[in-house]
Amino acid sequence: MASVKIPDTKVQELKAICQKFRNDGSELINVLHGAQELFGYLPPEVQEIVADELNVSLAHVYGVVTFYSFFSMLPKGKHPISICMGTACYVRGAEKVLDEFKKLLKVKVGETTPDGKYSLSCLRCVGACGLAPVVTIGERVYGRVAAGDVKKILGEY
Amino acid sequence: MDIVKLTIDDKTLVVEKGTTLLEAAKTIGINIPSLCYMKLEDLNFENKPGGCRVCVVEVEGRRNLAPACKTVCEEGMKVQTHTVRVVNARRTVMELILSDHPAECLTCAKSGECDLQTVAQKLGIREIHYQGEQSHYKGDKSPAIIRDMDKCIMCRRCETVCNEVQTVGVLSAINRGFEAVVAPAFEMDLDHSTCTYCGQCVAVCPTGALTERDYTWKVIEALVDPTKTVVVQTAPAVRAALGESFGMEPGTLVTGKMVTALRKLGFDYVFDTDFAADLTIMEEGAEILDRLSKHLSGDKEVKLPILTSCCPGWVSFLEHNFADMKDVPSTAKSPQQMFGAIAKSYLAKKLGVKREDMVVVSVMPCLAKKYECTREEFSVNGDPDVNMSISTRELAQLIRNANIDFKQLTDEEFDNPMGESTGASVIFGTTGGVIEAAVRTAYELYTKKELKKVDFEELRGMDGIRQATG
Ligand code: SF4
Ligand code: SF4
Ligand code: SF4
Ligand code: FES
Repeated sequence: MASVKIPDTKVQELKAICQKFRNDGSELINVLHGAQELFGYLPPEVQEIVADELNVSLAHVYGVVTFYSFFSMLPKGKHPISICMGTACYVRGAEKVLDEFKKLLKVKVGETTPDGKYSLSCLRCVGACGLAPVVTIGERVYGRVAAGDVKKILGEY
Repeated sequence: MDIVKLTIDDKTLVVEKGTTLLEAAKTIGINIPSLCYMKLEDLNFENKPGGCRVCVVEVEGRRNLAPACKTVCEEGMKVQTHTVRVVNARRTVMELILSDHPAECLTCAKSGECDLQTVAQKLGIREIHYQGEQSHYKGDKSPAIIRDMDKCIMCRRCETVCNEVQTVGVLSAINRGFEAVVAPAFEMDLDHSTCTYCGQCVAVCPTGALTERDYTWKVIEALVDPTKTVVVQTAPAVRAALGESFGMEPGTLVTGKMVTALRKLGFDYVFDTDFAADLTIMEEGAEILDRLSKHLSGDKEVKLPILTSCCPGWVSFLEHNFADMKDVPSTAKSPQQMFGAIAKSYLAKKLGVKREDMVVVSVMPCLAKKYECTREEFSVNGDPDVNMSISTRELAQLIRNANIDFKQLTDEEFDNPMGESTGASVIFGTTGGVIEAAVRTAYELYTKKELKKVDFEELRGMDGIRQATG
């Protein structure tokens, strides 16, 4: 099994999260939420500690992590890109925009570019339907994005 | 006992409260097809995720069809198991499953024993009306088990058995939707996981997604090689299971026919693993005695209790889960390896055969033995003590392959001297048998007296913790 590379203090914080949920296996999703907040993502080492602490199988933890698209096993890029796939954005061409990002960055959804600069993810409605399709990069929101704009947007970073 | 009365296909019946429609129908001779549902009678254990929907039936007053495996009988229920609506729904479900399944029955190891194939036949599926992308998953070939997830139907029986029955927890459903599959954590191959190769997932898989690694061809290669002396050992369970493959009553003892068949196949020597089981027991007995007397003379380091080391599945379970207790089990080799070591040293020398020119094959009831053969400590200069282990099923395959009519064979005897064994190894296979045999040996070594009352029956059986005093 992979060796633990995360610093001790973080391990303690992670264990504290588990304890907050009484090390209860049925609280796995909540614990993973907390863990992802702490680390930004859920590397194998983190999943191993969670499995140990909650006394559930590692396979089960991995199963949950891979089932919910909210969880990620890859560190987020310096500029996390999210494309809204809510109904309004979707019908106004969000998929084409997403495809363009995938093409230009050569990554799939949930992945990070090898240089760590960008990561790509999808999200559900951000509540800015009037601006559909919506893309967020870090804290910035781009509205009415068309596939043709993607190159220019990326050029800003 | 609370009971409920209902009708299934216009037949009225009374069942115990809590019975599912599937089980209830069975009692009146109606076999509703099922795939994901599994019941392990001995353990009183069920897997009913209700996922495949092959078992749907029509319940009067309900808008939707109900899965029979998950729906509990209710008072006054009226159920139909083969209306046009039901049959059409079932066929659609089946066709959808098959639309993402490779049509490889002709060459599939599971063919003839595959539940998916059986249900498809039962429903008379001749055409698949849905076509689309098929899911593909990387293959995984371990020394004992082959995972071909393209054939997985996501019934999750394997997951249930691995987690809840075996408590090993290697398998879990991962990913979602079209990508969903059952796999070890991080999609690592089985031989990197904590899998014990107990083989239970293979035993319950309804399709060819999980199968045993087949070594029959390697055995044939050894048999036809004139430079090799091929020795076979058969475990006690095989002689009671082999007959079934040839249409005999389950449990029929076919020792004599099995020995004859092995000779006909070209094995040079046919031995009984029982002999080595005796050796394992003597070793374990001596070890108990040694540890006990050390303990009694005040040695605090010595590890007690002693646990058996005969089962490679158990040994690897301990290694993975209780690494700090590795020195608790006996250091004795399992009978399979005990035999291999002796065959390749004592027997080879006696026959004047070089170690490398001897091939030892074992026929074993369990998949973990295949993996055990590949463990490094059981080899000398890269030459394994037991070259390969095949299952009862593979032996049956070899016999069929050689056009042997098994039922017509006459009886022959095992080769000597390794064919001889005491009563000790006969009780080996019963639960608690090993500890009893080991205690008997220990008693005799310690008291230097032969044991009069030889049955420590307190040590056999299934009632949790067992104790015997003398
Ligand atoms: S798993 Fe069953 S249905 Fe699929 S190819 Fe094998 S025998 Fe045929
Ligand atoms: S062989 Fe046993 S331990 Fe390994 S995956 Fe199958 S059920 Fe789990
Ligand atoms: S591998 Fe076999 S038992 Fe496991 S989910 Fe797939 S079909 Fe079912
Ligand atoms: S057998 Fe009932 S849903 Fe699968």
